[in-house]
Amino acid sequence: MAVVLKRRSILPGFGLAMGFSVLYLSLVVLVPLSTVVLKTATLSWDQFWQTITAPRVLASYQLSFGASFVGALINAFFGLVVAWVLVRYDFPGKRIVDGLVDLPFALPTAVAGIALTAAYSGNGWIGQYLETLGIKAAFTPLGVVIALTFIGLPFVVRTVQPVLQDVDQEVEEAAAILGARRWQTFSRVILPPVLPAVLTGFTLAFSRALGEYGSVVFIAGNMPMRTEITPLLIVTKLEQFDYAGATAIALAMLVASFVLLLLMNLLQWWSRRRYGAL
Amino acid sequence: MADSIALRATAVAKAHPRARSEPAFARWALTGTALSFLGLFLILPLGVVFAEAFKKGIGAYLMAISQPEALAAVRLTLLVAALAVPLNLVFGVAASWAIAKFDFHGKNVLITIIDLPFAVSPVISGMIFVLLFGSQGLIGPWLAAHDLKVIFAGPGIVLTTVFVTFPFAARELIPLMQAQGSEEEEAALSLGASGWQTFLRITLPNIKWGLLYGAILANARAMGEFGAVSVVSGHIRGVTNTLPLHVEILYNEYNLSAAFAVASLLVLLALVTLVAKRIVEWKSGSELAAGRGESK
Repeated sequence: MAVVLKRRSILPGFGLAMGFSVLYLSLVVLVPLSTVVLKTATLSWDQFWQTITAPRVLASYQLSFGASFVGALINAFFGLVVAWVLVRYDFPGKRIVDGLVDLPFALPTAVAGIALTAAYSGNGWIGQYLETLGIKAAFTPLGVVIALTFIGLPFVVRTVQPVLQDVDQEVEEAAAILGARRWQTFSRVILPPVLPAVLTGFTLAFSRALGEYGSVVFIAGNMPMRTEITPLLIVTKLEQFDYAGATAIALAMLVASFVLLLLMNLLQWWSRRRYGAL
Repeated sequence: MADSIALRATAVAKAHPRARSEPAFARWALTGTALSFLGLFLILPLGVVFAEAFKKGIGAYLMAISQPEALAAVRLTLLVAALAVPLNLVFGVAASWAIAKFDFHGKNVLITIIDLPFAVSPVISGMIFVLLFGSQGLIGPWLAAHDLKVIFAGPGIVLTTVFVTFPFAARELIPLMQAQGSEEEEAALSLGASGWQTFLRITLPNIKWGLLYGAILANARAMGEFGAVSVVSGHIRGVTNTLPLHVEILYNEYNLSAAFAVASLLVLLALVTLVAKRIVEWKSGSELAAGRGESK
């Protein structure tokens, strides 16, 4: 990296701070991460391609991407509702509820995993009622969606909240005076500037869900071809000392999620241009 | 003219509260939806943990959390957090000093790279250290020849934890220090303070809340990390098991009430984290919020 610099500050310590930062960053982050590429390079192209397109691996992509997408979608909708209620309405215990929204960030994922499994399994608090409806949640793809919804829950709420707070209520009054019904005001005046924030939250929740491991492995049941997520497949390969195979799948996953994020950032850039400039 | 229109508008809005809000049934329905969603996904799992933990009575609960293996897991978890969090705080201060107080090329690239560990799956975070230090790893053979163990031992767990908690402090401090500017430091320097004096007496007090905030978040993640640590730990009972890994082992042995008892300790950690986070947000007032607004 170019460390040739334009200084403007009279403050001391740039060399020390920058030198230490770059050294520490390289040792802790860059060197370890570079092993992914180095290890994959030991495979031939054919071996690499066969590893990342094996049927069991393809099934895991489908589950990981599909369940993450559904989970993020659920969070986009309910996150908007939660943010709306927290910003606009008053009810007893609101501040506690607001604080609890961050729980998935603070709760260790293994704990979330076993708690959700206990709640949604056949004899659990919620699972028993789902069972009577003929729905099995734990140890099915639905269980994976539930876990991924949990861990992505704070993202949409926290990105939408500040934007909703900034919406100028006089504009809503103006809409009402001009004859808009409340639903029209919401969908045509309030929603457009909030939409890019919903999309940001969706993207964050989605990419967090893609890599998630701890909360999913307990509730998923981990049946090959059915409820096996890609991160679990990487761990399985590592446990069999198939390091090259694990790295190949990891690299495929990293590239795929990077491309997806790029697409979503483009979409967001478009929506910001389309709706943001109000 | 404009004034009278605005006045009339306010009058209309006051006369028709529906202009600014929803009908009562919609408000109730929305609040109900939001609370049921949060109840189902957040509060209920917490209740499950405590219900399962105390299923066999308080005696069994205390037994489970005072088992030697559980205590060893607590000790290891505390040790790992005590090493990883301060290391990343020092990095966070150094990086944000360089980034916020100076101009240089590649600043945005640097900020992006600092965030990288958050974008990587926990499993991959553990894997890269296995690839580096494991028996087939890049420097694994050298380590083995010198009888050093990193993977399936304490050092690997600490390194992995440092990696997954890497961005927390820097991410809080960079926008905060950028928002504060460097006028105060410049004043101190021109009055004859040395560089270190300026840093210790001006900068550090200014960023103390941001530093604490980053430490709280990093600590919660360090103590609770599961995926990354499980890849490098080797699951040696009483030796390389952190608390979350101990929960997993108990759970997989169908020793459910013990698993949930140990898990309840981690729930308490999470709740303490949330409360501490709120207190810091409240104490620091708009300071942190201003910093974060600036970063967008």
